[in-house]
Amino acid sequence: MIGLLTRDLTLAIRAGGGFGLSLAFFLIFTTLVPFGVGPQTAILSDIAPGILWLGALLACLLSLDRIFQLDWEDGTLDLVATSPVPLEGLAAMKALAHWITTGLPLVVISPALGVLLNLEPPAYPWLVASLALGTPALSAIGTFGAALTVGVKRGGLLVSLLVLPLYIPTLIFGALCVTRGAAGQDALTPLIMMGGITMGSLAILPFAAAAALRVNLR
Amino acid sequence: MGNGRRVTKAPPLRATGATRLPLGAALGYLRGMNLRVTDLACARGPAQILAGVSFAVAPGQALILRGANGAGKTTLLRTLAGLTPPLAGRIEADPEAIAYAAHADGLKAALSVAENLAFWARVFGRTTTQSAIEAFNLAPLLDRRAGEMSAGQKRRLSLARLLVTGRPVWCLDEPTVSLDAENVARFAAAVRAHLADGGSAVIATHIDLGLPDAETLDITPFVAKVIRADDPFAEGLA
Repeated sequence: MIGLLTRDLTLAIRAGGGFGLSLAFFLIFTTLVPFGVGPQTAILSDIAPGILWLGALLACLLSLDRIFQLDWEDGTLDLVATSPVPLEGLAAMKALAHWITTGLPLVVISPALGVLLNLEPPAYPWLVASLALGTPALSAIGTFGAALTVGVKRGGLLVSLLVLPLYIPTLIFGALCVTRGAAGQDALTPLIMMGGITMGSLAILPFAAAAALRVNLR
Repeated sequence: MGNGRRVTKAPPLRATGATRLPLGAALGYLRGMNLRVTDLACARGPAQILAGVSFAVAPGQALILRGANGAGKTTLLRTLAGLTPPLAGRIEADPEAIAYAAHADGLKAALSVAENLAFWARVFGRTTTQSAIEAFNLAPLLDRRAGEMSAGQKRRLSLARLLVTGRPVWCLDEPTVSLDAENVARFAAAVRAHLADGGSAVIATHIDLGLPDAETLDITPFVAKVIRADDPFAEGLA
């Protein structure tokens, strides 16, 4: 199973578009916001937590349809399904690879973008913590959506429609955590709630994704 | 692992004693070298394609599948490989015994030949790829990226994967597509060596591979008359 992970990471580095695409989208999205909203720092500070979380969420969404589609097109998915690696393990490794190539760079870059949006100083640790804890859930939910739509021609839009409603709880608690952190209130409760969502997603969704893959491979 | 891999609830089409294995075949099965299919019905999507397919492949034996385009060779092989559940009947084989090779090569264009083979070796829990490289003369191509190779070279790499898996029962779907005469001979030699080692093979192909005592199964008589498995009016036609 580690072989699957290292192969996916190698492919992400070699083929490009793996590490760079979501990160560039996140950068552009957040730098465009001040142009749209105007340069008033008070307004920007108010909306910064929501914008940063929304940007991270949309950046995650961008690469979801590639998770299984490329393997399905070149026949690798069929061959892995007949190998000793269980499909549950494949789904978990795919989600992990997606998080390393998408979620992790977003977590690392987010403080710099917080500066751009004039995020209140006390919110920075909560921003990093909430993204670090919340993006794995985005990857796990996204992998499940990708498994449901594997084999569908141009399934990217369908993945977005399936996955976005499932992203809502993570978005609410993630943005709330950063907002409360910025206001100096207790931000631990939403963080813990989001941690619960992440743990639940990681525990259940690889099995759901494997079941969806089995149906789609028939 | 004495039981069949999949037993479905559909009643057998003929009342034979086929559910019980004779001792010799059972021993062959226990050695993980055999494949036995009884009254198998296969579907692709909602459509039933084949019905009543029965055959057995002994260790060291190859079975050549023949049939017109669209007759259901690919469907049968996908069912044997466990990708599609059978509608009825049973497949007896060690679940870890079957190596499947499809039309698609399953290669990553951005990885080199050596990396592609190493990946499959890792997935199948094996350490060496040397015999596979030698069998298909891939040594001169090891550092070439799969995306830069010709269709025939990709096919050789894809077939070399079979040796890497180390599995005894090969299910091959048109394995010689885009191979030149020299490499068809190389492939036939690899299959013969595999059979001599006690392996088995089920091969859907239209060309003569020159395999010793290979049996041929024409699947045309098994093509199902029922068009849709869930068609409520289809029962009387079966």
